[in-house]
Amino acid sequence: MIEVRNLVKQYGDHYAVDDISFTIEKGRIYGFLGPNGAGKTTTMNIMTGYIGLTSGQVIVNGHDIQEEPYEAKSCIGYLPEHPPVYGDMTPLEYVTFAAELKNIPADEREESIKKAMELTKIVDVQDRLIKNLSKGYRQRVGFAQAILGFPEVIILDEPTVGLDPRQIHEMRELIRSLGKDHTVILSSHILSEVQDVCDHIIIIHKGKLIAQGTPEELENQMRGAAMELTLKADDPEKVGAMLSAIPGAKNVTCHPAKNGEVMAELEPEDKNSDLREAVFNACAAAGCPLLMMKPSSISLESVFLELIADTGAEAQVKAEAESESQEEKDGDAQPEAPETDEKGGDE
Amino acid sequence: MKAVYKRELESYFNTMTGYVFIAIVAAFIGLYFVLYNLRMGHPYFAAALSSTIAVFIFAVPVLTMKSFAEERKTKTDQMLLTYPVSVPSIVLGKFFAMMTVYLIPLLIGCLCPLVIRIVGKGSLVIDYSAIVLFLCLGAFFISIGMFVSALTDSQVIAAVVTMAVLLVIVIWDSITNYIPETPVASLIGFIVIFFLAAFIIYRSTRCWTAPALIAIFGLVASIACYFMAESWFQGALKKLLAALSIFGPMNNFVSYYVFDVKGLLIVICFAALFIFLTIQAVQRRRWN
Repeated sequence: MIEVRNLVKQYGDHYAVDDISFTIEKGRIYGFLGPNGAGKTTTMNIMTGYIGLTSGQVIVNGHDIQEEPYEAKSCIGYLPEHPPVYGDMTPLEYVTFAAELKNIPADEREESIKKAMELTKIVDVQDRLIKNLSKGYRQRVGFAQAILGFPEVIILDEPTVGLDPRQIHEMRELIRSLGKDHTVILSSHILSEVQDVCDHIIIIHKGKLIAQGTPEELENQMRGAAMELTLKADDPEKVGAMLSAIPGAKNVTCHPAKNGEVMAELEPEDKNSDLREAVFNACAAAGCPLLMMKPSSISLESVFLELIADTGAEAQVKAEAESESQEEKDGDAQPEAPETDEKGGDE
Repeated sequence: MKAVYKRELESYFNTMTGYVFIAIVAAFIGLYFVLYNLRMGHPYFAAALSSTIAVFIFAVPVLTMKSFAEERKTKTDQMLLTYPVSVPSIVLGKFFAMMTVYLIPLLIGCLCPLVIRIVGKGSLVIDYSAIVLFLCLGAFFISIGMFVSALTDSQVIAAVVTMAVLLVIVIWDSITNYIPETPVASLIGFIVIFFLAAFIIYRSTRCWTAPALIAIFGLVASIACYFMAESWFQGALKKLLAALSIFGPMNNFVSYYVFDVKGLLIVICFAALFIFLTIQAVQRRRWN
């Protein structure tokens, strides 16, 4: 459906997008996840043909966005970060203008305008000037423009920013229903949203693609093979010694819990080995009934934080070094990198 | 193009801009018509019309200032540029919408020669050809305003810069009168023009080769021509710059009653040039 190959966007010495490649397949909902300033919007702007690229290739439905922009853009509906609405028009006029611009045939025009406006629930306000509408409604008018004519790919840049909780819920429902027979790409820095709506997640940080996969895959990737146990025993130290004695186990930690139970964690030395049986047998031999055994869970949130912390730490060190050398030159210079990094860390 | 044209035209009449432009221009055309033709008894409406040029210097920028600057500020250009429409059709759609608004006061002015004809003796041919000239001048002025608007995202700056440029164009003849006519002055002038062109090309392409070639070629060619045909350089710079005059053709129309095809073509070519430059400016913004 969409293929992005070695995409690079350079502004002076700054790489907004640094060698990103991925493939978008039909009929799925993709989520671009990343802290503010990660390069999500830039990537989307390039994919939709709004800005040019430094090097690389974007192919939409077999059409290169640079060489055959007309064909490529015809397959895409795009809602940018700020809804591109004209304040001096009413929603109905605006959506009609969008339909004319998209070259929707005259006999289908009225029908598709009606559909888009009903889906986004802007029929009630269709005759008011857009500049008098609230942010939520404006966002919906922008959304109506993007889904108008139901293009094969719908790209949404932070579609829920500035909406109230009820509107966010409605927006997610709408995206989910669109995802049934369209390809939807949305960007967000809100993890729960992406986790909630998307089938496939692409994590971008500092212009680089650092991980991609389904939410489960991402969790598995980070999980490793650590286990959590609960045993019935009085002495945590004895349990610790018993578990450490199991061949292939390492990093054993034990701490007492209520009602004469002990909670323990251990990791296998070899990630692929299965220690469950050995653990069971050891506990049985020691006379400590095993109450619970499960792989330690890791949420997508910690995956995300860990991933951006890894690359973030490197970049931070580099940025600090740069800023120090800059400060020597002139005190006024404000390096960009640490600022975006702090923002990223907060989220 | 049709959709952009329609939206632009509607936006002029959804806001005050269109009405204000038409009201002011029509009022001044009417005022000059009354003073020149009806009170002073001048037989040709062309003379009254040519005096209103000062009004256009201030009114046209009001029309053109928002064309691209506002789209950029409100980010609605993001919609136009991600839709299956080409940049030339966006630019032309906007251009023709502005031309349509510009045309309305001129159409009102078309009544004036008829009034003269009824109450006295005039020449419809002279008057209407002057109106055609003003239509072409409008295309030229609007294309300049549109180009300036495409360079900035501030409407105020777009308007002020356009006013300044239009003012220079209108007083161009008086400026060129002060250019020295000696061959050396022409030589220096030509070299400066070549270097200026090279600098502008370098600024917009960030590429060294073409501007460097232009600068070297300009330098060598000017000096070579200077030594080979010094007499030709006598007043050459002044002649070249004077050829770009807009008032020349207007005088031909208004004072000498000559239908100056060459002057008209120069004006139309300049309009086309600035439309082309606007397209380039919009395209270029996507790459920076």
